Amino acid sequence: MSYDKTFSVEGGNFQAAGNVSSEIKGILKELGLPRDTVRRAAIVCYESEINIVSYAKKGQIVLHADDQSVEIEAKDEGSGIPDIELAMKEGYSTATAQVREMGFGAGMGLSNMKRYADDFFISSEVGVGTYVKMVVFNLDLKLHPDHPQWVDTYT
Amino acid sequence: MTLNDVKDILDAEVIVGREQLGKEIKTAFSADLMSDVLAFAKTESLLLTGLTNPQVVRTADILDISAIIMVRGKKPSEETVKLAEQLKIPILSTKYILFETSGRLHRSGIVGCIEKVGTE
Repeated sequence: MSYDKTFSVEGGNFQAAGNVSSEIKGILKELGLPRDTVRRAAIVCYESEINIVSYAKKGQIVLHADDQSVEIEAKDEGSGIPDIELAMKEGYSTATAQVREMGFGAGMGLSNMKRYADDFFISSEVGVGTYVKMVVFNLDLKLHPDHPQWVDTYT
Repeated sequence: MTLNDVKDILDAEVIVGREQLGKEIKTAFSADLMSDVLAFAKTESLLLTGLTNPQVVRTADILDISAIIMVRGKKPSEETVKLAEQLKIPILSTKYILFETSGRLHRSGIVGCIEKVGTE
């Protein structure tokens, strides 16, 4: 099984924020992926979608799913992040009042993405945009008989 | 307990999801910060919040939250109601404050979906 789709996200459209993530969650469910994989992929996708809406002019979310993992890439054209290390700190935020009113912008977004993804990569250029890639491994893979040690970690 | 029991305990008004009051409820999470909900809430919990915008419903959908309880007499916006109906997520509204809402449910046997952060 292998699935690829690219979605566009409009910056500043707070009303639509989350539409793409809901759709992606539906697709992953439909593909029959384990519940935990779907949940974690949906969370990291939603946080990255909120970030595009909050901080960029426009962006894209690229979904790749196969039997081993789900990859979510979020790339935007926006203000970029001057200090990634600082931005990754829980509680650090540059959010506007509008973002905070939605219940976001408390400096948890990037750390939530890192928390739920098995693999997390971020790069950014000020004035150009930000790229985030997150990989969520399939829970079933962790129960592979060749890797019995993984079982303990996830039970 | 069922969502209907929750409704009675909180003297709550059902705004969306009257047909889902038979849902079994065991755990809950209270917050006005959706990023914290995403960080800590567990599947099939109740979400107690003072926020009323559509993002509350989105967050609940992403996490498979059983139902949303809006506290302090808050009522969802029209867009929020529409989205909740579409995604089939019940919304109840209670006049109790968040502390009182959480306390009443906890006394009746609902527990937090986690007790402390950093221990999961």
